[in-house]
Amino acid sequence: MSHDDSAYEHLADAHDEHGQWAFGTGIEDVALEIAAPVPDGADGADLAEYCLMLGDDALAYGHRLSEWVANAPELEEEVALANTALDLIGQARVLLSRAAHLGAGEDEDDLAYQRSEGQYRNVALAELTDGGDFGHAIARMLIFSSWRLALLQRLVDSTDPVLAAVAAKGVKEVAYHRDYAARWTLRLGDGTDESHARMQAALETVWPYVEELYRVSDVEKRLIEVKVAADPATTRAEVDIVLDEVLPLATLTRPDRPAVGTIGGRGGRQGVHTEQLGHMLAEMQSLARQHPGAKW
Amino acid sequence: MSAREIAGAVLDPEMPMLTLADLGVLRDVTEDGEHVTVTITPTYSGCPAVAEMRADLRRTLAEAGYRDVEVRTVLSPAWSTDWITDAGRRALAEHGIAPPGAAPSGPITLTLASPSTVVRCPNCGSPTTEETSRFGPTACTALRRCTSCREPFEHMKEL
Repeated sequence: MSHDDSAYEHLADAHDEHGQWAFGTGIEDVALEIAAPVPDGADGADLAEYCLMLGDDALAYGHRLSEWVANAPELEEEVALANTALDLIGQARVLLSRAAHLGAGEDEDDLAYQRSEGQYRNVALAELTDGGDFGHAIARMLIFSSWRLALLQRLVDSTDPVLAAVAAKGVKEVAYHRDYAARWTLRLGDGTDESHARMQAALETVWPYVEELYRVSDVEKRLIEVKVAADPATTRAEVDIVLDEVLPLATLTRPDRPAVGTIGGRGGRQGVHTEQLGHMLAEMQSLARQHPGAKW
Repeated sequence: MSAREIAGAVLDPEMPMLTLADLGVLRDVTEDGEHVTVTITPTYSGCPAVAEMRADLRRTLAEAGYRDVEVRTVLSPAWSTDWITDAGRRALAEHGIAPPGAAPSGPITLTLASPSTVVRCPNCGSPTTEETSRFGPTACTALRRCTSCREPFEHMKEL
């Protein structure tokens, strides 16, 4: 086969001067907007940290969703979960690129593959393993999507052009994820005795991690002041509206379980995670760490 | 041919019945002396086809003699299926993919059942079709089935 006929050469060509494929794509070009100046009144380091929070939520949860590929109960659901993962990882790429541009790291890949768990800023709900339980996947998606949709709807008006652009696109995507989860919640909750019991059990399992979604970190407080960030505390009502509509229709009950506490006030936003994130990163990062800067 | 005409005729890698211009992802093409700047926008945040579009644009323009080409990606304003041209909609239907209706606007409400909008079967034209999966083989399509001719088909989702 001549040089020009190589399929791999063709793929490498897709990524411009970097000649890289898989991890290590043409990163600085992910979007023109990532080089925009920091909005007036905001601190660049704060903004980078905030982009990591929203980006890590999407990356960690996107990776968990991708674990369903080849493991979902039906092909259609596998495609649905993979597409949902793709949307979220797309959001993460832009947000991590913005964080890198603001000095948090070299580039999106450096941030995704070279940070340890203590440097991740996602909420715990994003990192939990589904443990192969489709009910768990649906319970988490219902809550996560309802919450993220409410956040993104606020961020459409962010003074940061990257957050506003990610939000404008993400709102449509995440609304679709939420609908998917809500329909499956109905089908499983109001299905057989077995599916009902497992869906209720899944809700009980994720419930202790819901309260963290509404906590406001110091970084967020400062960025809310200057209209860069969205206030997560204000999203509770919108999540509750969804749950109050869907759960009774699904014959499920809203769990009554205490929230997982913080460690000295520190949670996912400050880098304190469940043990599940480390296991996830070990798998997600192993290839990139074994072959730093690899090209193929 | 101008750089704009060449760039506009490049095909979408996932739906090659559409040109990038028909799909509405080609935002701008400017020529400044030898330098050509092409601006595109992704359909979905994680659309894996963007890298291929960039490569195809570079390669096609290079073959036409444009060697100094920069391809930029912009996110805002966000792409919508309303940007697909009429020619693009016809091409989709001719290739068995039901084109999208008008993109939704206004407040986002929870939809617990498939919307009742009529999606015509691209094979027999029947208006009685049903959704089988909200997610199809690419991020932008859903799967449907015609209840008249029984053929399954893809529907480009309104976004």
